[in-house]
Amino acid sequence: MANTDAIVGWKTITFGCHVMEPGNSVNFRTGDWRSQRPVLDKEKCIKCGMCWIFCPDMAYTQTEEGYFEADMEYCKGCGICAHECPKDAIEMVTEEG
Amino acid sequence: MIPEFEKFKGFKAKSIPKDEPLASGHRACQGCGEVLALRMVMKALGRDVIVCSATGCMEIISSPYPHTAWRVPWIHIAFENAAAVASGVESARKVLKRKGKIPKRHVDIMAVGGDGATGDIGLQWISGAFERGHDFLYVCLDNEAYMNTGVQRSGCTPYGAMTTTSPPGKKSFGQVTWKKNIPAIAVAHNIPYVATASPAYFLDLMNKVKKAALVKGPAYVHIYSPCPTGWGSAGERSIEFAKLAVETRVFPLYEVIEGRYIMSRKITKPKPVTEYLKGQKRFRHLDEGHIDYIQKRVDVEYEKLLRLAELT
Amino acid sequence: MAKRVGIEVSIAIAEAAKLARSEVIPAYPITPQTHIVEHLSEFVASGELDAEFIPVESEHAAMSCCCGSSAAGARTFTSSSSQGLSLMSEILYIPSTMRLPIVMVVANRALSAPISIWNDHQDIMVQRDIGWIQTFAENGQEAFDLTLHAFRVAEDRRVSLPMIVNIDGFTLSHVIEPIEILSQEEVDGYLPPFKPRYKLDPKKPITMGPVGIPEVYTEAKMAHSEAIKASKRVIIKAWQEFADMFGRQYNPVETYRCEDADVMLVTMGSISETAMTAVDKMREAGQQVGLVRIRLWRPFPSQEFRRAAGKAKVLAVIDRCLPPGAVCGPVGAELRSLFYKVPGSPKIFSFVAGLGGRDVTVERFEEIVDKARAYAKKRPRELFEVIGVREK
Repeated sequence: MANTDAIVGWKTITFGCHVMEPGNSVNFRTGDWRSQRPVLDKEKCIKCGMCWIFCPDMAYTQTEEGYFEADMEYCKGCGICAHECPKDAIEMVTEEG
Repeated sequence: MIPEFEKFKGFKAKSIPKDEPLASGHRACQGCGEVLALRMVMKALGRDVIVCSATGCMEIISSPYPHTAWRVPWIHIAFENAAAVASGVESARKVLKRKGKIPKRHVDIMAVGGDGATGDIGLQWISGAFERGHDFLYVCLDNEAYMNTGVQRSGCTPYGAMTTTSPPGKKSFGQVTWKKNIPAIAVAHNIPYVATASPAYFLDLMNKVKKAALVKGPAYVHIYSPCPTGWGSAGERSIEFAKLAVETRVFPLYEVIEGRYIMSRKITKPKPVTEYLKGQKRFRHLDEGHIDYIQKRVDVEYEKLLRLAELT
Repeated sequence: MAKRVGIEVSIAIAEAAKLARSEVIPAYPITPQTHIVEHLSEFVASGELDAEFIPVESEHAAMSCCCGSSAAGARTFTSSSSQGLSLMSEILYIPSTMRLPIVMVVANRALSAPISIWNDHQDIMVQRDIGWIQTFAENGQEAFDLTLHAFRVAEDRRVSLPMIVNIDGFTLSHVIEPIEILSQEEVDGYLPPFKPRYKLDPKKPITMGPVGIPEVYTEAKMAHSEAIKASKRVIIKAWQEFADMFGRQYNPVETYRCEDADVMLVTMGSISETAMTAVDKMREAGQQVGLVRIRLWRPFPSQEFRRAAGKAKVLAVIDRCLPPGAVCGPVGAELRSLFYKVPGSPKIFSFVAGLGGRDVTVERFEEIVDKARAYAKKRPRELFEVIGVREK
């Protein structure tokens, strides 16, 4: 779990080793763990939000049009969203390269 | 009846809070059902909460310095003592409120741990906190083994399951004991609220967590948490297994309110347990005899529960 | 105004914790600490003290509650002893690096086996490196004063470290002494309300106790280590202010008749009173003997100790702890390191005495001094010696 962000001196380390910035894990992108990505077929989508509620990585947010979109910065490609989609509107596609 | 429940209308699919008190960027495995359950727990609780975490997967994946996935105040001291830490937080806030040193506003206090932290090493601390009557909720995220250390059996590992310390072999078929009934132990403390929940039934889960937070005094929610890494199941199927566990009666959903058992979801036409067991590597060595035993025992345990619901 | 009363030392300590306006007191009973927490529980029950008394199910839970309570911003006090302190051990290392200023009085007692409820220092020596500030009291007045001092130092925002006051089980905890109990007004003047630097607060959420990956663990521990070293100035200043306000002066190291002494006894805790009597007796017989008493054990007051005892030819260190298989007792080892390769430094001999409630009499101190003198003339022995042990 080497992490260059954590390189800090004893004089500058936070008091008590506390993390003072809530939710700063968003700076850690888990998207590069992914080997497949969810691709949404908007034709089939009924905007039910099952993909959103069942995402373990809080990657999905709702767009203005009402569709749910996964943020590729965080999506680990687990495929729960595709598996749970009641309309089979999400397909997991292998990442290239 | 619990007066705090009267005003609570329950979450609806359309009114699930968008806010995420637990942030992205955590290091949980792909398809982790435990962090998904934790996410739902936090959605139900919102931001006015102090979380006391036991050592375990959720602690490790959410707090590698200098990062934290927590947008709410969070403390981790050790493995077994989250309930005692929560007791300290609760008592401190009580006296500080009384002395006018902090606002009187109610803040929920949650202790959270895995099945090992809850049912094995931490049982005494939980028992103490329940018996003393602190106003807090304890959430157990049960993934049925010590996953953080590499899949060792716990008291909550199901019968027959293969783990690194309950390996099947010439003289063994995996875990030889039946899953320890932690909710029943919680009930035995006469606390006002106990429930079981599953992330597959997310509204039910969130409502139970909210009720556990609303009720005055100790509350306990035991949440089934699929672990693809430890179970040898496909990450995409985590919710499917969570649903199958309920549909096969392997993990029944119920509440115990002031000692009264209430079935949340009566499974009148259960699927055979094989539906649940297949697809998980931890069970694939089991022969028909063992599966038969599991089926019979699951039926017996479910009947017991139904009888408790009738009696109470 | 302060009142001088005849009072059991445990009750005086409970009074101190009450006068300090302790807010959360998680406690589990263990002999010989029980009187302290019983009285605090009474103060809470009677309304004399507005606090939460948490009757926990174990000492491990007591310390765990202390962590939660201190992190939530409440002034937190507990007390323990022996097996109970050992049961806490896993947790003790945590609030110190997390900088949670818990105050604990430890009524020092032997460790099993065989089970013994009586006094020595084995329980606390096991916890030498937990990173808490630690002092040792010699008498009841000191136990009372050091308890107040502990809150003042621990909660000082420059320090913010947990602190232990050691008192000898029974020989201090259960004796009645004339003790000057300060008034509430006086204590309030000395001890400001607790204002934690950080706390668990939904308005300003922070994460306490994250995972220390290898890139950061050393720095976290170093920061803690430097903080406890730096606390010495605050500790001494808080004693100075105590002296200015109440007239009783405390120092990290005390000396007794050390001028021109070639042999100095080194002690910690209540045994020092008998040691003083022994020094008087030996002085009368024409021996150049003195006594050095360590009050501040962690951070170890190196400079002060060198200043106090550096001129001695021989140090006879009394360790109330038998470390099987070790080179010498923990206090002896500390001092040997302190004087390692310092030119002209004293020869140091470690004597283990007073285990499991065995009295260390004036005669024993005389024996120790005689032996130390004799050993100093020979090649220095590496091993410690157990004093007052029967062979057959």
